[in-house]
Amino acid sequence: MTAGSEPARYADPYLAGVGLGLVLLASYVVAGRGLGASGAFASAAGGLVQAVSPAYAAANGYFSRYVGPGVSVWQDWLVLEIIGACFGGWLSARLAGRVRWEAERGADVTIPARLMFAVLGGAAMGIGAVLARGCTSGQALTGGALLSVGSWIFMLTAFAGAYALSPLIRGAWR
Amino acid sequence: MTGSSLFVPLTVGLAFGVALERAGLGSARKLIGQFTLTDFTVFKVMFSAIVTAMLGSFWLGRLGLIDLSAVYVPETYVLPQAIGGLVFGIGFVVSGLCPGTSCVAAASGRIDGLAVVGGIFVGILGTGLAFPSIQSFYDSTSRGTWLLPDVFHLSYGAAVLVIVLIALGGFRLVEYLECRP
Repeated sequence: MTAGSEPARYADPYLAGVGLGLVLLASYVVAGRGLGASGAFASAAGGLVQAVSPAYAAANGYFSRYVGPGVSVWQDWLVLEIIGACFGGWLSARLAGRVRWEAERGADVTIPARLMFAVLGGAAMGIGAVLARGCTSGQALTGGALLSVGSWIFMLTAFAGAYALSPLIRGAWR
Repeated sequence: MTGSSLFVPLTVGLAFGVALERAGLGSARKLIGQFTLTDFTVFKVMFSAIVTAMLGSFWLGRLGLIDLSAVYVPETYVLPQAIGGLVFGIGFVVSGLCPGTSCVAAASGRIDGLAVVGGIFVGILGTGLAFPSIQSFYDSTSRGTWLLPDVFHLSYGAAVLVIVLIALGGFRLVEYLECRP
């Protein structure tokens, strides 16, 4: 991005949504599965636990789903997909002049406060994604478009939880 | 690992990241607009994507071009997914990002995105370490592969149509809410 140039505007949301839907559809057709994100974190966490103690990882009812003898985290489908997504996100932002070091936050919020809420909120999403077996990508989008009841339950309760708390965070984003 | 088994997830992921970034979903401020009722990009993108993939998979299956039964459908666990969704939604609004969008935010230089990535990792690691004590809840209310048409006693095609109509109604509603003075 050259100094002083304005970043490009975001795409029309409906057009971007149709594009995202076509990516999801292509994934169903080519890979027989949809998109995901939290599963990549689960594999990475499993990989860390496995590196520290293979015996514990094998005995743990959660991590043993993701790691095991002869299974490399770097061969996991969702880990590779998320690596691709990071590169795609960077490339798209770079081409639009939107790559910028910043902590996005409300005007009255300090950077440490913003980062603390980011970590806490992220940790809550991690807990929720374990219980729900996926996140906005793996449940709401992927399972939602395939009409899975559990995915729609997740979508409805996630929005309900977010809206229930939203009055408390409204002021922080002014 | 063969080249093609690397190529497919990396390429799908690349396109996923591009779509999220183009939509503006790498920005926490934009996502928060959904919950402060000022910017409904999240709803518009999500439901256009769901409708597109739903119609695409339905018609490709109907025309015999793909075998829909070969696509993995997430299984339903009613209570863990309801409670998990609630906790997830609270985390979503506190952090301003979700797992996929936090990766895109981090990749475009936003350190709040990176902090969300770290938080998700810690949350999943901690829940995994505590798994023995929550496993009975995790495995409860299992309904296997359970689809909306089964619940509402509709054909698959009718359920698709209902969701399309709900999405179109939703788009009209959020356009109206955005145009309010």
